[in-house]
Amino acid sequence: MKILATVKRVTDPDMKIEIKEDGSGIDLSSISFKVNPFDEIAVEESLKIKESHGGEVVVVGVGSRDAQTEIRYGLSMGADRGIHVQTEGYMDSDVVARILTSVVEKEQPDLVLLGKQAVDDDNNQVAQLLAEYLDWGQACFASKIEITDSTARVEREVDGGIEVIEMDLPGIVSADLRLNEPRYPALPDVMKANRKELKIYNPPELGVEMHPKIVIKKMTEPPRRQGGHMVPDVPALIRWLKEEAKVI
Amino acid sequence: MSSVLLVVEHRNGKTKTATLNALTFAEQYAEKCRAKLCLLIIGKEVKDIAESLRPFGVDMIYLVEDKSLENCMAETWGHVIAEVAKQCDAIFIGMNSGTTGRNLMPRVAAKLGAGMITDLIDFDGEYFIREMWAGNAQVTLAVETPITVATIQGTAFATAQPSGEESLITLLEIPVPETKTRFLEMKETRSDRPDSTEARVVVSGGRGMKGPENFKLVEELTDLFGGAVGASRAAVDAGWISNDFQVGQTGKNVAPDLYVAIGISGAIQHLAGMKNSKVIVAINKDEDAPIFEVADVGLVADLFKTVPELVESLKNELK
Repeated sequence: MKILATVKRVTDPDMKIEIKEDGSGIDLSSISFKVNPFDEIAVEESLKIKESHGGEVVVVGVGSRDAQTEIRYGLSMGADRGIHVQTEGYMDSDVVARILTSVVEKEQPDLVLLGKQAVDDDNNQVAQLLAEYLDWGQACFASKIEITDSTARVEREVDGGIEVIEMDLPGIVSADLRLNEPRYPALPDVMKANRKELKIYNPPELGVEMHPKIVIKKMTEPPRRQGGHMVPDVPALIRWLKEEAKVI
Repeated sequence: MSSVLLVVEHRNGKTKTATLNALTFAEQYAEKCRAKLCLLIIGKEVKDIAESLRPFGVDMIYLVEDKSLENCMAETWGHVIAEVAKQCDAIFIGMNSGTTGRNLMPRVAAKLGAGMITDLIDFDGEYFIREMWAGNAQVTLAVETPITVATIQGTAFATAQPSGEESLITLLEIPVPETKTRFLEMKETRSDRPDSTEARVVVSGGRGMKGPENFKLVEELTDLFGGAVGASRAAVDAGWISNDFQVGQTGKNVAPDLYVAIGISGAIQHLAGMKNSKVIVAINKDEDAPIFEVADVGLVADLFKTVPELVESLKNELK
């Protein structure tokens, strides 16, 4: 079983972001980066499937030169080799999906595992777009995956409960939070990761034009809520709900 | 004449409220673009749903029925939506946000070569607005393609009301393709309570609940209002409550009249899913919890004492 897993470099979700005053984007000067948490889950699941079914795990990242840090992280988790499609500047989900389509056509994996969304742009699109471009099946928001010879049985976290579907392989799975707990790479694995193969492409080599379909015009701070009113006890809370908020 | 096409999400024969919220946006958008407003209902037998939507006075309700369309699979529904979009010359195809729309609509966008906007909250006459970074950035987006596909954040729009005018209904025959995915089973979350995206009151529990058995407290409070139960990611990850209840960046987006956060610290990922609620109440024993910064009213207290007291007092108030 050959599995391709994605690793996107994102701003640390636990850090507070600041928007540049001119509205051109996020101020990245004092921010740290890490692997998109959903992608970490996708890599973990790929490794688990390899451990039980054999095969190879390839991690792929699309982005600036710095994105190699996150690809190396995927390698230190245990992936066998990495692919970096080096790009500059803004990409929408569609450009990323078209790049990945080309990588998948080159690599011919049996399964592609992606995080269901990146925690920076919160788009939740790439897995679905990729599935359509490849004309493959998709199983998005997975919380459980069982692989047989030619199919995957996937439990999906959907509004209203858990939906179970069966998908022919090759296919696309996007990972939700409850799929697994990603491992932490041990120090020797981090050292080993630096010696693993990392192949670098650029979009023209893959035949992909970088025309985005969606362009960011401006970024602003959303309106802030003015909270902070405190009450000392339950009777005061009830009084407030009745008289101030008028919700009871 | 071009169209704005809104796909209806329905369950157990009923249209989701979030679809009616999205309809408010679709109406405004169709008017700005001088386009026809069309609804699309897909399913096994959905004529009753079409009838229930007839009084909303849209220009056309398209129906596509087939037994293979009973479950909303991205491959089949995506195909049908794209085909109907071509037939009615759609310049905008939307569906309310939620796992159904998010699963389907990017596939529709790829089929039509269209730009896709996730969870839009506004249109300023030229550009679309949505949020990124767990609601910490509001982003203005230009679509560079002739067709736009979008999911529409229901909490950003009021629920559409019937206009009294009749809508036309047209049954379309769209052949359904073979697929590489098959529906096996839906394990429904059993609940007699409304869905958190549709309830007037949502009471959520977090890490401070300390265990699944204590969600009884949340339920007792919720039931006084006929409301819905929610949860933070911490509570869902701990296995205390099912994923379907998670409110936040990667869960549900809710905007009830009253949101009560119990034992929830208020991580930005949680705030992203509830900050548009009308009134937010927070009960937490940690006075430094970030939830108090967004809550309209906060009470620093031990929830295991406070919530039962609140339930008893409210029982008298609401009598």
